[in-house]
Amino acid sequence: MLNKLIFANLTHRPVRTLLSVLAIAVEVTMILTLVGVSHGTLDSTAERARGVGADIVVRPPNSTVMSSLSSAPISDKLPGVLLQEPHVVLATGTVIQSLTFPDSITGLDFAAFNKMNGGFAYIAGGDPVADDDMIVDKYYAQQKQLHVGSRLRLIDHDWNISGIFEGGKLARICVKLTALQMITGSPGHLSQVYVKLDNPKLAQQVADTLKTRMPGYPIFTMEELTSMLSISNIGMLTDFIGVVIGVAVIVGFIVVFLAMYTAVLERTREIGILKAVGGGSGLILNILFRETLMLAVCGTVVGIALTYGTQWMMKHSVPASLVQETVYVWWVYAGAIAVVGALLGAIIPGYKAVNQDVTEALSYE
Amino acid sequence: MSEGAVGAAGANAEPTIAKPMIAKPMIQVRGLTKVYRVGEVEVHALRGVDLEIARGEFVAIVGASGSGKSTLFHILGGLTPPTAGTVRIDGKDLGGMTGAQRTDLRKTTVGFVFQKYNLLPTLSAEDNIKIVEYIGGRSTAFTPEFQEVLKLLGILDRMKHKPRALSGGQQQRVAIARGIVNQPAILLADEPTGNLDSQNSAAVLKVIKDLNERTGQTILMITHDSEAASYAGRTVHIRDGRIV
Repeated sequence: MLNKLIFANLTHRPVRTLLSVLAIAVEVTMILTLVGVSHGTLDSTAERARGVGADIVVRPPNSTVMSSLSSAPISDKLPGVLLQEPHVVLATGTVIQSLTFPDSITGLDFAAFNKMNGGFAYIAGGDPVADDDMIVDKYYAQQKQLHVGSRLRLIDHDWNISGIFEGGKLARICVKLTALQMITGSPGHLSQVYVKLDNPKLAQQVADTLKTRMPGYPIFTMEELTSMLSISNIGMLTDFIGVVIGVAVIVGFIVVFLAMYTAVLERTREIGILKAVGGGSGLILNILFRETLMLAVCGTVVGIALTYGTQWMMKHSVPASLVQETVYVWWVYAGAIAVVGALLGAIIPGYKAVNQDVTEALSYE
Repeated sequence: MSEGAVGAAGANAEPTIAKPMIAKPMIQVRGLTKVYRVGEVEVHALRGVDLEIARGEFVAIVGASGSGKSTLFHILGGLTPPTAGTVRIDGKDLGGMTGAQRTDLRKTTVGFVFQKYNLLPTLSAEDNIKIVEYIGGRSTAFTPEFQEVLKLLGILDRMKHKPRALSGGQQQRVAIARGIVNQPAILLADEPTGNLDSQNSAAVLKVIKDLNERTGQTILMITHDSEAASYAGRTVHIRDGRIV
């Protein structure tokens, strides 16, 4: 019976209900999109790192897993040194030049890279031949509307697109190692080195040995490196998500507060009627909180649906820059955040409703 | 000694006095006063009201505007507490009742009919009645007896309509049905015909009278209209907060 009344109340003011639901939905979408993009971007980075096929990564001294590599402080003699180590069958270095976030160009030795993992799977074209040849993955090509033969100007240099490959390996934009070394003014230097072993199960053991031989160099097994690519390892991102959630809760609180406060004012007489026929404070609060809960649940469902919309938009407009994943566990968190924010917003209107004088409420016009 | 006053229990037995069966009044009001404050001014709305209404009576309280009749209605209905005096409804003393206890009284003992009908606009006529059953903790299915009452009220075929689709008279009859659905000890009606034209007023008053006669429902009606009061079994006049 009460549900019928609540449903009737919500449908009685469809515009207000719709706006409240939409506001809560935006709150939920905001949270889910941010979390989805954070997870998606890191996971796609990890996927590309795994796609290299290396077992160990050697990074420059004073760098961390999360620091961007935009310099080449490692001598290109290091791969040769590493090849002398037991179990190392292949070592190849790359140079990375950052572009506008989150893009970067990677210079690599295609022959060594192809040996390490079988090479890129091309949709069109093939490996760079000339120094100004560039290959890009299908997502970057889609985003920039590139095809084989297109010209692209990056880091003050005109590039010829020689190949478009399936994503998921190393980087989105690749050129020849020597070409990028020359353009960035770092001939003979590398940003990081990938190492392949004869037995991947020995990766930890070999990494530990290398750490003792090369103190100061951050050396990771690939498993270690990819597992560290998580939100919890990026303090700033965790803080940012926290701030967005805080803002979302405040938005939800204000929206529901205004909606329910208006509803209580508008329904002063109805509240008086319910009280007159024996409805106590519990009943009045029950109705208001159930209404709020209904708004929050509907808002959460719509918010989740809208998240698929933002996902679709990113996939079709910026597939290379932003990758949004669906993080199902966050449906529950975002829903809980929406419900808590909404219920907090209903407290003061609920207090007002409960404390309304019956006789005054009944004479309210 | 009147016949029947002395019982002959036996030749040697002492004579006994047969006490007449005096039914407890449904409403018993003694020395009721109500003072409330409007700004810095104290308003003495009721100044020592004494009133008794027996079970099954249909009583009209008649008075002009500001006579205190609405205040009396609010106190008897447990909508507002008295300042002093005693008020008993169906044996329950309203004096010193907490807000929750007064809420309980409205749920179980008193039914209301208001001048402005006061139906919930978002619910159908049927649901306006059922929600009162729900609040009273009763089954929301109408009993055959209540269906008969709806027939008597002439609203059986209007149950699925929302208040805005009903005439004033129909809305007031739905309000009457809502007022008695939980079988309250007393039905309080505040100017039930105040918003109706003469034809609808007569119809509603007739229905209230029928209800009283057929079901024995105790009814107390507040009105300023002596013609409306003529439908009641007894009329009590109130002026300046006193029964006259």
